[in-house]
Amino acid sequence: MTDLIVIGAGPAGIAAALRASALGLRVVLLDDQPQAGGQVHRAPAGTRPVPPSPEARTGTVLRDGLAGSAVEARPGHQVWSVSADFRVDALGPEGPCHWQAPALIVATGAQERVMPFPGWTLPGVVGLAAATLLLKAHGIAPGARTLVAGCGPLLGAVAAGILKAGGQVAAVADLAAPADWARRLPAMAARPDLLARGAGWAARLRRAGVPLLFRTTVAEVEATATGLRARLCPVDADGRPRPGGTVVEADAVAVGHGLLPSTEITRLLRVEHAFDAVAGNWAARLDGDGRSSRRGLYVAGDGGGIQGAAAAPLRGELAALAAARDLGRLDAGAQDRLAAPLRRRLARAARFGRAMAGLMAPRPGQVEAITPGAVVCRCEDVTRAEIEAAAAEGAREVNQLKAWTRCGMGPCQGRVCGDTAAALLARHHGIAREEAGLFTGRTPLRPLPLAQLTGEFGYADIVLPPPAPL
Amino acid sequence: MSSSRALLVSFSFDDEPYEGSAGDSLAVALMLAGRRHLRDSSRQGAPRGAFCLMGSCQECVVWVDGERRPACQVPLRQGMVVRSGTIGTDTP
Ligand code: FES
Repeated sequence: MTDLIVIGAGPAGIAAALRASALGLRVVLLDDQPQAGGQVHRAPAGTRPVPPSPEARTGTVLRDGLAGSAVEARPGHQVWSVSADFRVDALGPEGPCHWQAPALIVATGAQERVMPFPGWTLPGVVGLAAATLLLKAHGIAPGARTLVAGCGPLLGAVAAGILKAGGQVAAVADLAAPADWARRLPAMAARPDLLARGAGWAARLRRAGVPLLFRTTVAEVEATATGLRARLCPVDADGRPRPGGTVVEADAVAVGHGLLPSTEITRLLRVEHAFDAVAGNWAARLDGDGRSSRRGLYVAGDGGGIQGAAAAPLRGELAALAAARDLGRLDAGAQDRLAAPLRRRLARAARFGRAMAGLMAPRPGQVEAITPGAVVCRCEDVTRAEIEAAAAEGAREVNQLKAWTRCGMGPCQGRVCGDTAAALLARHHGIAREEAGLFTGRTPLRPLPLAQLTGEFGYADIVLPPPAPL
Repeated sequence: MSSSRALLVSFSFDDEPYEGSAGDSLAVALMLAGRRHLRDSSRQGAPRGAFCLMGSCQECVVWVDGERRPACQVPLRQGMVVRSGTIGTDTP
């Protein structure tokens, strides 16, 4: 029998699984990617050389650690349902399968936030995180000439990575000003290695003559006969567009505005969530060890609030210790003794992670600046104007908005539009984000090919949560 | 971009022949082959392509051997028959 299921084999999930296994728990570790590592330590696809990096090296160490452990690691498994009693249904290479355990650690990490603008739906416009993945796993740039835009540390990493991969960078458009970065220097000093890397990226970009445009946003992208044309626009500290601007020609745009914790599973299981006004995102409400409001359910890593890759393994280990204690497999004294050094290190790592999260926090002007015609919900082509119209008719909460406009009803389940839609409702009515709410989780967590679910699979086996309250 | 250590395989997209590296995802193989427009959106009929590459946004959904799959989550295989994911013109 399984004692603990860990969903997500990034740095938090791997650390949780290894620690729990070392304590004698029988652990299953599930991940949708073909190899463990998560997005940060993603394994190279093996098709092209990729540049060496500390993340890649750590990824190899983590995968080796898993291989040498008693953890039952199941990469290539797409989790599509989790029930209240922690039955986890997944689709793997051999078809549907499921596990059940008295404890579950959710370590599903983060997803990217991209604020809508006209043209963000065009082929060739990708997320900054997507660009990172192309560089890390496949050794390629998103295009021959890429505009890199948005905010946060991924800007420099992606732009420098593109140059390294032999691509051109049309420009880097950063919402932040140099002073915004400088203000975070004290917190960043906790990670001199990363600071040095950041400085290295900046030097490489300057040497290559890449225009670094601060307090600048992408206002619009349009398709041309040969590629893409982006209109860049200066912004104030709150992200509000100011007069002026330039036009940049490229064939790809990599754009991202920070990270959002992946809350699909915790929303599905109806645990308490809290809105973090500083980071501008929702996450499950947790105690210091990662316990959620549901007994036996823990969250580790960025899925429980963005603190970064250095904090993730510490949060994973803390959650594993808490689970072992709650299962009666570790006494309270031992847990405290083992957790104390982890908590100290976490405080330091989290400080850095939160400084980065601050740089990536949404600015109020960004939401205001979304044009009426911009598509907010990409699955159902719902524009800002349609969301405003629904709000004017009385929609105050996102699930209500979904029922009225289909915003969030498509196959992405609102992962892409949910945050923006809620921000627009809150702004329209002058209400708090708590009141605008968040989309109720539902199964399947990802669309599944139905043919693969037939066979031994019976619909009576699916444990569905109660219908979503409106 | 062509310095490949991987096996080249052939596949088709809307009846056009393509080649790519086994080990890349279908979305990456199409991107490298210059095919970024994967489907038209349901309501506006606007062109769409891969966006998140992590299986989250579902923008890259195409028909792969008769099943609707996100191209970024499908490993490229020899002989794959791929069709645009546009709804309505989609049935294989
Ligand atoms: S590109 Fe987002 S799911 Fe494939």
